[in-house]
Amino acid sequence: MSVHLVLFLAFAAVALAGAINLLAQTHPINSALSLIAVMAALAGEYLLLGAEFVAALQVIVYAGAVMVLFVFVIMLLNAGVEERTKGSRVAILFGVPGTLLGGVLIAWVLLRHSGTGDVPAGALPGAPATIGPLLFHEFLLPFEITSILILIAIMGAVVLASKPPSAPVPPREGN
Amino acid sequence: MVPLSYYLVLSGILFACGVVGFLIKRNIITIFMSIELMLNGVNLSFVAFAAHWHALAGQVFVFFVMVVAAAEATVGLAIIIAVYRTRETLNVDQVNLLKL
Repeated sequence: MSVHLVLFLAFAAVALAGAINLLAQTHPINSALSLIAVMAALAGEYLLLGAEFVAALQVIVYAGAVMVLFVFVIMLLNAGVEERTKGSRVAILFGVPGTLLGGVLIAWVLLRHSGTGDVPAGALPGAPATIGPLLFHEFLLPFEITSILILIAIMGAVVLASKPPSAPVPPREGN
Repeated sequence: MVPLSYYLVLSGILFACGVVGFLIKRNIITIFMSIELMLNGVNLSFVAFAAHWHALAGQVFVFFVMVVAAAEATVGLAIIIAVYRTRETLNVDQVNLLKL
């Protein structure tokens, strides 16, 4: 068993434990923390594959910025423990076996028939110095379009989350 | 040396966990986190295939997926705040109209 495989299995175990813990926890803040564990473990997997730039982005953007946003909203809305309802029981009854079946099928097909070779450690070094020219030459147009997308997202977030100027409508009765 | 299929199976399992969370969770924020988990699973397969085929474009695509996911998280959380302000609940069973 090579060191590479041991490291892969260790990071994979952390990622899977985090993903399952995300499903098992009922309080959103616990789910958010386990999602951060998943993202950190995935950053380790990216490092194993040699994708240094992507690993750094994973930690900075995903585990940092996006999850801080999630934790802010959870605290802002004072989200409590979620309650089980009739709909959620039906969803568990059908959703869990169905998805497990699909997952096992995908795993079986991949392991059995993928016909793909091994990936050595650090197979494709993706340092920022090699990603940068690609990003600013071949993918320049998509890159510029993402900046417009982010601008739209900022304006949309401000518009949606700002308080309405008129008198607030009374909350509708739950239906 | 790790077989490519291991990476793909891990990414598939993470995606499946995201789908299960999307189905069984009733808190709108946790449902949103399940979507992020699915996106992370897809990113892993992007990077694994990029390493397998020596195509650096796969890693650039992960960058774009991350940017879109960040923008999506921003707008989605703003929508959650707007929904909570009018409904005062985070349970999706009680949010069954498209209007705020």
